[in-house]
Amino acid sequence: MNIGTGIGLELGDATRNAFGEALRDLGDSYPTLVVVDGDVGNSTRTEPFGKAYPDRFFQVGIAESNMVSVAAGFALAGRKTVTASFAAFLTSNAYDQIRMSVAFPRADVKLVGSHAGISIGEDGPSQMGIEDLALMTSVPGMIVLCPADAASARCLTARMLESEGPVYMRTGRPKVPVVHPEDCDLRIGRAATLREGSDVTLIACGLMVAVALEAASMLSDEGVDARVLDMHTLKPIDADAIRTAARETGAIVTAEEHLLDGGLGSIVARVVCREAPCPMGFVGLDNTFAESGPPGELLEKYGLTAARIVEEARGVVARKVG
Amino acid sequence: MVRDGTVDIGALEAIRRKLAISSIRATTKAGSGHPSTCLSASHLVTALYFGGVMHYDPARPDWPGRDRFVLSKGHAAPILYAALAEAGVIDLDPMSLREIGSPLEGHPNARKVAGVEASTGSLGQGLSLALGMALAARLDGHDSRVFALLGDGEVDEGQVWEAAMAAAKYDVDSLVAIVDRNGYQQMGDAHKVMPLDPLPSKWEAFGWRAIEIDGHDWPVVLGALQEARERSGRPTVVIAHTQKGYGVSRILQDPGNKFHGVPLKADEAEAAIQEIESA
Repeated sequence: MNIGTGIGLELGDATRNAFGEALRDLGDSYPTLVVVDGDVGNSTRTEPFGKAYPDRFFQVGIAESNMVSVAAGFALAGRKTVTASFAAFLTSNAYDQIRMSVAFPRADVKLVGSHAGISIGEDGPSQMGIEDLALMTSVPGMIVLCPADAASARCLTARMLESEGPVYMRTGRPKVPVVHPEDCDLRIGRAATLREGSDVTLIACGLMVAVALEAASMLSDEGVDARVLDMHTLKPIDADAIRTAARETGAIVTAEEHLLDGGLGSIVARVVCREAPCPMGFVGLDNTFAESGPPGELLEKYGLTAARIVEEARGVVARKVG
Repeated sequence: MVRDGTVDIGALEAIRRKLAISSIRATTKAGSGHPSTCLSASHLVTALYFGGVMHYDPARPDWPGRDRFVLSKGHAAPILYAALAEAGVIDLDPMSLREIGSPLEGHPNARKVAGVEASTGSLGQGLSLALGMALAARLDGHDSRVFALLGDGEVDEGQVWEAAMAAAKYDVDSLVAIVDRNGYQQMGDAHKVMPLDPLPSKWEAFGWRAIEIDGHDWPVVLGALQEARERSGRPTVVIAHTQKGYGVSRILQDPGNKFHGVPLKADEAEAAIQEIESA
């Protein structure tokens, strides 16, 4: 992948690595916190915590349903709990456990789904979480986070652990461009404005934030001034930022490494329709599974590119009223 | 009822009948619910709360060192509510079962009812929840136990066996699964819907200590649950052979399809209550 290189973005660490380091580093701050793993801790990066705090790391094997309910049992007995697996397996296999064991009793369980999106590459569609955001935002009371880079993943890991109650955080496998300063201070439910602009707003999450910045640069060359928002929290959504963007720029394009159904675009569209209608464009996976291949080529083939965002942006700008 | 370390079985049976009758009355009043599964579990639930098996403080349902009870077969909620009311843990009228606005929902809601440790109703999750609680209690240094009551049909769920493996791996001998082997599930004869036998040796093969009992014989039930309390280095399962609709001949005539999740009609309920009281 060469996302953001054209605009000079530096390649940083993967969000899963940043999460894993932050979790380990916060181990002493949360002395009763436990982690439950389903035999993928070296992929999700809960392993460093397990090595640092072996007494608080529980390995239940390849059994996501049990993993999630055991985590909920810990939480119901008073211990903040983190459990992680691949986004696809965690949110699809254990959806009912997330719904009934975690969300309904509001157990203090932090769910982390790694290997999200199609940028995992060669392992192919069975391993790609492309519906996790739709599933998790559909759970009542769930906070849903999707960090764009390593610094924001570290920050949001800390915010997640500070919060009480169910949280889902999505992380990715590949190294991603740096879009936030090392010491960024993000707040749950508050979008981060990474670029000011007045003609159109690009609202993205995850690695598509860097792609959106690239698109904004391309649009600038065409004389279109694009605002870029990192919508790292999908739920609760930052309706204020969306409303302001709609009113001030009059056009919105969303971009996500996720199915168009039920993801970021759908959530933003609901706010826009209700509060400040304006033309909208959507970039995401359109009703399809992906396939095996190099991550960069997959993003290209499935339209998760700056060029596609630019195309959508031109369209919505042309349709602007007044 | 425990006095001077001995259990008064007569008093215990009186409580059991009270809980059984409450379950019948509440479901009949609500016009829906699962009375027959409450009746099959009536000795088990009564023994846990009133037979000196579980250590808990009705005045402090959140006492950290308490034993916990997870009603994994959440459709038996009416008898749990009756037990919690009888024990004085809750001051709620069991007859408000399933009414809009009542905390006593069709299946237990831990957010709304003191003493309800887990929100259940989606079968298969309770043993995992109980395992997490037992592991937490161990980390916290509590010498407590966690009891999870499962239906025999519920044991069809794969998650039960995932939990069984994990509990054995961690030698969680503070965890007790109780299987209410009443032999019927929603579509009828449990042995036909999904054969589970030999059930005790299945659990043993998963690393558990299995105790098989008659779930309606007081000395046997009390003895088995006390034995299950004793730490053995392994988790324990008590497989209790029971009758779905115990004590009510109207249900026992057809405990399968007809009376799963079906309340008794008003006149049937009155007859059933008389039958229980005069047994």
